[in-house]
Amino acid sequence: MSAREYITRFPEIREPLLNTRSAKGKNTRVCPAPFDLTDLKDLDPAETMPDIPDLSEVETVRHFTRLSRLNYGIDHGMYPLGSCTMKYNPKISEIIAGASAAIHPADSNAMHTILRYCCLLQDCLLEICGMDACCLWPAAGAHGELTGMLLIKKAVTLSGREKNTVLIPDTAHGTNPASCAIAGFRTKSMPSGEHGYLTAAILKEHLDEDVAALMITNPNTLGIFESEIHEIAGLLHDNGSYLYMDGANLNAIMGIARPGDMGVDCLHVNLHKTFGTPHGGGGPGSGPVMVKGELEKFLPCPVIIKDNTERYTLSWDRPLSIGMVHSCLGNMGVLIKALTYIVSLGGEGLREASISACLNANYLKSRLIHHFDLPFNTPTLHEFVLSDLRQKDAGITTMDMAKTLMEFGFHPPTVYFPLVVSGAIMIEPTETESLDELNRFAHAMETIAEMSLNREQDLHESPRACPVSRVDEVWAARNLILTWDAYESNKGDVVSK
Amino acid sequence: MSYLCQTSHDLNIILDSIGIDTAEKVFSSIPEGMRLHRKLDIPGPLDEESLRKSFACRPSGVVFAGGGIYRHHIPALVDAVASRQEFLTAYTPYQPEISQGTLQGIFEYQSMMAALTGMDISNASMYDGASALAEAALMATKLKGIRRIIITRATHPAYRAVLRTYLQNTHDIEVVEIPFDPVTGRTDLESLENEADADSALFVQQPNYFGIIEPMEKIAKIASKAGFWGITVTEAISMGIMKRPGSYHPDVVAGEAQSFGNPVCAGGPLLGFFCVNKNHVRRMPGRVVGMTRDHDGKESFCLTLSTREQHIRREKATSNICSNQGLCALRASLYLSAMGPEGLRYVASQCASGARYLMGSLHDKGIQRIFNAPVFHEFVVSMDEKKRLALQEKGIIPGIPIENHYPELKDAMLITVTEMNTKEDCRCLLENI
Repeated sequence: MSAREYITRFPEIREPLLNTRSAKGKNTRVCPAPFDLTDLKDLDPAETMPDIPDLSEVETVRHFTRLSRLNYGIDHGMYPLGSCTMKYNPKISEIIAGASAAIHPADSNAMHTILRYCCLLQDCLLEICGMDACCLWPAAGAHGELTGMLLIKKAVTLSGREKNTVLIPDTAHGTNPASCAIAGFRTKSMPSGEHGYLTAAILKEHLDEDVAALMITNPNTLGIFESEIHEIAGLLHDNGSYLYMDGANLNAIMGIARPGDMGVDCLHVNLHKTFGTPHGGGGPGSGPVMVKGELEKFLPCPVIIKDNTERYTLSWDRPLSIGMVHSCLGNMGVLIKALTYIVSLGGEGLREASISACLNANYLKSRLIHHFDLPFNTPTLHEFVLSDLRQKDAGITTMDMAKTLMEFGFHPPTVYFPLVVSGAIMIEPTETESLDELNRFAHAMETIAEMSLNREQDLHESPRACPVSRVDEVWAARNLILTWDAYESNKGDVVSK
Repeated sequence: MSYLCQTSHDLNIILDSIGIDTAEKVFSSIPEGMRLHRKLDIPGPLDEESLRKSFACRPSGVVFAGGGIYRHHIPALVDAVASRQEFLTAYTPYQPEISQGTLQGIFEYQSMMAALTGMDISNASMYDGASALAEAALMATKLKGIRRIIITRATHPAYRAVLRTYLQNTHDIEVVEIPFDPVTGRTDLESLENEADADSALFVQQPNYFGIIEPMEKIAKIASKAGFWGITVTEAISMGIMKRPGSYHPDVVAGEAQSFGNPVCAGGPLLGFFCVNKNHVRRMPGRVVGMTRDHDGKESFCLTLSTREQHIRREKATSNICSNQGLCALRASLYLSAMGPEGLRYVASQCASGARYLMGSLHDKGIQRIFNAPVFHEFVVSMDEKKRLALQEKGIIPGIPIENHYPELKDAMLITVTEMNTKEDCRCLLENI
């Protein structure tokens, strides 16, 4: 199979900037006009019109439709981004969430129903994770982490313990230390063991009185289950410290093992990963936080209360709460999509999804280790990490291979992460890929490994069949053209040669 | 429902290749004692028709509620185009060669937000208005010499609450609230004058939470003495008619742009926006898209300034934020493009005119405003809980009670009028009071 056979997905077009088609009077939209316009002098109105493009409806539609064709989505093909869990996004979830689109959060009549959904979602998440209490409001994974670390900070502060350090293994997401910093913690990085997971022995070396918590991802970003987590939790608890779990990789263990049973005190989950809500080109996500026991009283406001007449209301009467984390409630549309996903699969369906996710990943791994270096030989679950070690001698890097994968019609895996592996290639196919698609991906990777032996130049110059060739990110950072006004004054500089 | 696709034949091929004989063995690395030995107790599985029936929900018929989340007309093209899978199901555009659609869409969003706010630069968006304001305050605390955050009490209560949540462990920073004038509803300028100094970062909401237009010229003059200052906007539609916040030369304009093409959706997802003048670009939180060129010299786009961000800088990053609200920002671009300058101005005028119409009708019925300064499209009246609940029973949401946030404003209720309301809605409210 040649690369050409895969090239079906992108047109060779450029789309001019939206403002370049603007001309006064093009937009003839008739807006709703329920009221007679009155004198608005008391508003001290601006003397000029808003400075946005003036376009016809069809121009707007065509512009953005053309832009959409320059994108790659899950409905195009496999999206094997490790730790991002790019699974299929069920269409029914959009329809169900759409039914709540017109409900204003102050509409108590309708919100009663919405809060009932929220309670159901909380119950489902608590059952899946084995935890005691849940807050649905954080708007993304990193927002959930911040919320979780604020809970832990409050707990240690109120108990009068002077604890300011959070331990983080070197395989962690970058958001972990950044969230800790805002919550007022110092972070200390810890090496993973030689087998790619944290051992109790390593923790003991780093554990001291100042440690408030350990933040761990399980399975971790190498796809490896932290098999000593129970012992690790014991050590932390004996030290008066908390175990925080980043639930980014929950997709590997639904119905198989539960963070709460492992000794986790607090975790966030990423609904946009595990529960199949669309990523939307970078959001909206949703990062609910769950806790055990004593941390519950610190959860953000408001909390949902169910009274004895089965009415659902919100309460801000939480004297120990860390406070509010969102303008209103949370990313309700995303919450409803995740709930739709959960009840459409049911408990067994979720378990089967995790099994299939792990099998698919291990299948790909069993094929690709013949061609690529596998830095850790420990068993993995839903994802695995390769490196470019075997291609390096030919001068081929992970970046070259990632960009070449696009020629074959695939989104590249996560690259250069986790940081513990040089030239990391982190692959997570998810459960929604067929064997046929997995084979096509494996074949593309194998072809790339072969190309690294005799067609190095093609790899360096990839991609050639995408809407643009390899993009100069250094130039972007140096010139900082961030608006079309800046573009107008720099035009000559953008188009080189 | 199930979205799995391996046949039993496929499964055998997969197991063979892995070298295990049963699917369960893929979990051999999870110690037995940590396994769940029972089924998850979760409802389902449900088919699509059952899902539709289980999750049906209807809004009340007449709604005059806003308070930071606004019902506005959304042109049909916004849903039609934003629901294209190429936008909806794409990841963050880390691989620019196959993400030019998302990237150019965000670049255009940044361009329009910068133009509407009158600032140099916009980021790719934030979670919501409250976190945008909180991040602006965090950004200010990292500037040399800033020891106090001054915020007007007429700023949205949830925004002030989130700001305090974000700053609760920044112990060397004090948060000070500036009272409002009980007659006009405007921020008390004398208090502001007394507090603003070079050690402080100052934040003002315009229009304020009560819908009142703040005297920005005077505030800007006072704010120029502060070390840093910002304007919060919770109703982006107001920028369709009012003077651009950037014309007062703040350091940052941050707030909520849900009104641009995003439904109210029971409170979220929302669309935080964050615009700065160019001195602050390297301190700005969140993602940003820049124009660049590809290997062949062709114009293209990519995420840029990532050296500020968590995946590079880890604990030293300008913020912990990772995702933006990509799809909501795209919807804002679609909305603004669909409405155009005339349309945006017209919607803003309709909202303001509608508020004046209802205000007048209520006045005729003996229901008075609590404050007397001019408003954009929201105003505060007094209505006791009994009356409000009686209306609610009839499917009329007359406004948002705000006494819990402002105990001194007994029975106060915030009424909002947008172009989604009609004269018939107003009549219905008046007849049932």
